[in-house]
Amino acid sequence: MKAQVTLLLGFALLGTTGCSHKDESAALKPTAFGSAIVESSGGKQLAQTGSLLPQSVVVQVNNDQGTADPGALVEFAAAPGVNLDPASALTDSSGQATTNVSLGGMAGRYEIAASTLDKSHKRVELKLEEIALGYQQTLGRRLNDQYCDRCHNSESTAERVSNYDNLEVKPHPFSEGDTLNKISDADLAAIITNGGPALQKSALMPAWGNTLSKSDVQALVAYIRAVSDPPSRNSGLSYIDTGH
Amino acid sequence: MNEKPTSFWQKLFGDSTRAFGVVSVIFLASMAIAPAKNFFSEWRHYQHGYLRMIRNRSEANTLQRHFTGGIQQVWLPELGVVDRCTSCHVGLKEASLTDVATQPYRKHPAIPHNLDQFGCTICHRGQGAATTVAEAHSSTLAWEQPILPAKYIESSCGQCHRGPLLGTPQLNQGRNLLSRQGCVHCHMVKLADGSTMKATDDPPSLSHIADKTSREWIYAWLKDPQGYASTSTMPNFKLSDGDARDISAFLIANSTPLPGDSAIVSAKASADPAAGASLYGESFCASCHAVQNAVGNMVGGDVGPELTRVGTKVKPEWLQAWVRNPRVYDPATGMPHYRFNDAQVATLAGFLRDKTDSDFLSNVHLDLATPDQIAHGKRLVSDYGCASCHEIAGIKKPENFAPELSRIGSKPTTQLIFLPGMQHTLPDYVAGKIKNPRAFSPGLKMPQYTFTAQQIDALTTALLSMNERSNTLPPSLAVPGKTDTDYQPAGKAGKLMNDLACFSCHRINGHGGDMAPDLTWEGSSVQRAWLAEFLKNPGTLRPSLIRRMPRLNLTDSEVNELTDYIMTVYQTPNVDRDSLPLSGYSQGQVELGRQLFYGKYSCQGCHIVDTKTDKGYIGPTLTHVGSRLSAAWIFEWMKNPQSLRPGTVEPNRAMSDEDARALTAFLMSQKGGEKSSSVRASGNKPHTEEVAKR
Repeated sequence: MKAQVTLLLGFALLGTTGCSHKDESAALKPTAFGSAIVESSGGKQLAQTGSLLPQSVVVQVNNDQGTADPGALVEFAAAPGVNLDPASALTDSSGQATTNVSLGGMAGRYEIAASTLDKSHKRVELKLEEIALGYQQTLGRRLNDQYCDRCHNSESTAERVSNYDNLEVKPHPFSEGDTLNKISDADLAAIITNGGPALQKSALMPAWGNTLSKSDVQALVAYIRAVSDPPSRNSGLSYIDTGH
Repeated sequence: MNEKPTSFWQKLFGDSTRAFGVVSVIFLASMAIAPAKNFFSEWRHYQHGYLRMIRNRSEANTLQRHFTGGIQQVWLPELGVVDRCTSCHVGLKEASLTDVATQPYRKHPAIPHNLDQFGCTICHRGQGAATTVAEAHSSTLAWEQPILPAKYIESSCGQCHRGPLLGTPQLNQGRNLLSRQGCVHCHMVKLADGSTMKATDDPPSLSHIADKTSREWIYAWLKDPQGYASTSTMPNFKLSDGDARDISAFLIANSTPLPGDSAIVSAKASADPAAGASLYGESFCASCHAVQNAVGNMVGGDVGPELTRVGTKVKPEWLQAWVRNPRVYDPATGMPHYRFNDAQVATLAGFLRDKTDSDFLSNVHLDLATPDQIAHGKRLVSDYGCASCHEIAGIKKPENFAPELSRIGSKPTTQLIFLPGMQHTLPDYVAGKIKNPRAFSPGLKMPQYTFTAQQIDALTTALLSMNERSNTLPPSLAVPGKTDTDYQPAGKAGKLMNDLACFSCHRINGHGGDMAPDLTWEGSSVQRAWLAEFLKNPGTLRPSLIRRMPRLNLTDSEVNELTDYIMTVYQTPNVDRDSLPLSGYSQGQVELGRQLFYGKYSCQGCHIVDTKTDKGYIGPTLTHVGSRLSAAWIFEWMKNPQSLRPGTVEPNRAMSDEDARALTAFLMSQKGGEKSSSVRASGNKPHTEEVAKR
């Protein structure tokens, strides 16, 4: 009996010490304290639900003079279900901290908070937003790449030269939430299906109703809503860190 | 003994009445255990929670009407599905619950399938019959399959859908990687339709390798393939110096010379880098081959090997022979036989020879190989299964060299050996094995690949899709993909087309690449004179593309042979070439067509007819379309482009016959003439040299 009790106690002890090891940030000791934290790259990316963002999220800690601050501790936080690898890091020689982000399993917007402590141990925070696409939005994204992007995206890449500048009436980039959020889902679907003239807009926007199926058009609308900035009412939920 | 009142028991069972009363109470209490357990069950708790939640919503009445209490079940005997998930996930089908973030009450996101027809566990795995959270979601002693993590969810689509789907990019990529990275050279993958997955990476034969390269290069390559070319698909076998030395010794000793392989042309290799660069550009070598530029970006395609350091690898005389006719060394190569003249061979080979990296071989010093080393090298080549991928004279391709993966997605976790600290789930095991195979045991032969985290996820997704269900699916439920045919063109023209490697880029009758247009019905589409001229001197048709048809330096008789074959054989029954004339349309028709082109259909958004005013940059330039295409083709195309070329980006406008006829008249009036030169020289052509991949 006594032996059992001590054994149990032993397990309990083991358990508690095991838990305390989990906290990685305890091992990282900052050697510097910045005064501001800014985004270097990696905000506003798209990924499928549960998947790794294509690029790492990189933030930079600056000191009072506005120059990069190496050795500061940056802690990343996000809603449950988001995987941050690592969840905390010291800034490197160029004052930057990097984390790889896998988004949660639900489509919507995920807020990634990066924070550091300043000299007076006050928390300075930066919030980034990433977008997780569900099945429908992913399908819409592929359709966008195939049919829409060449005109609606003004930026050229090596593999895809944009047609935006060649058009007399400029198409709306799909991130242009200020304009597109005012158009209802039904009207957006109507423009895609029947072309610009269906809503007294330019004939340069052709009718896609005979090329794309109804569910394709719905998928495109879902994608347009998912990427709009500012978010539309139909952009899906926002997931923020509630742990701290 | 009886006198001593052992008060407690005495009180309860002192006389028979009491005993009866107490036993009855105990009996009643035990009777209540089952109903109580049921009453306090998890699913009931969640259903109460749901009812509380919907009470405050505006559409409470509708939701209340849809709600049915008790255990819910989707039963699909054909698929072996008994899913009670909807007992807790009550709101899955409620369209209005999109704003609910708390589980288990969220609406299911939009998917193309009806939940009642597919259930839940077909896609999400988990234990469908369970009615508690832990048993349904996690693996238990009696149930191995936990819920599938969201990032691998596309693997479930792949159980039934055998071909690529637009909405499953990760699954498509993973399946491509299995072929493209050569996984299936060693691992047999039997597909559910009975065929075997084939590799598409085409590793070179090593039987004549001494003609091509030096032992030093082989050594350095074996030690670090990505050090030579970061895009290389050759994995790293982590060989010791001695093993790399012995394998290189064996491969050189085993190699036999191939006649014609070192026939150096009489002309001296030209040292004019500008001429070489321009010939490299004109020949569109960059459509298939990449070269790393000064800033470190890869410029060019990934069909052929990277050429950044090719001068360090190959022997100059081999390079000349290869550029002259690659089919001598490798009859099955995907590279076209360009028919360069001696001067061009010298220029291009000289240009490529200068792409060197003095560092790559600087530390490699090998002594003359001993017979023992060669024998040891041969043993290593057999042990590591080199012949699974490469043809090596005297070594048989091993069969079943690595475990078959046809049902890897159902492998029981009890049969897996996990690494310390790893989650004990199948997806984690598969991903871990791809990421670092030798971590599982230093003695394993599987080499180290250089996959990105995203590629590992894609490969894992594809592997998980191959499981018991995908292999035992009733045929009526399987959705077959398009399979590549083994179409071969016939006769002299067929031989010519293979020699020119047309199928590396073009697809015909379901066989070939997808870099360039499908030519299955090219004969119905184009005019003979245009095709002959294009084959001789390919111009720019689609200004926005960076991959172009190369000039293959064909002779007149070769051009005639090809043109005749294409015009006769590649005809669609849906286009009658003689139904509409090539010219002679009335001015009124042409004018009406012009109005439709610029007005109602606004074609100028994507196409150029008048180079002064039109800027459209997506479809082909139409300044010469009247001397390029047949009128009947244009007419049919206007009415339904996808019927002629499935997947083309041109929207189907469902035009009336009148509109289509007028537009045909207008387009047939565009015969080029003086405007022609201005198109080609308009500078719109993005220069491949400057275009960086990524």
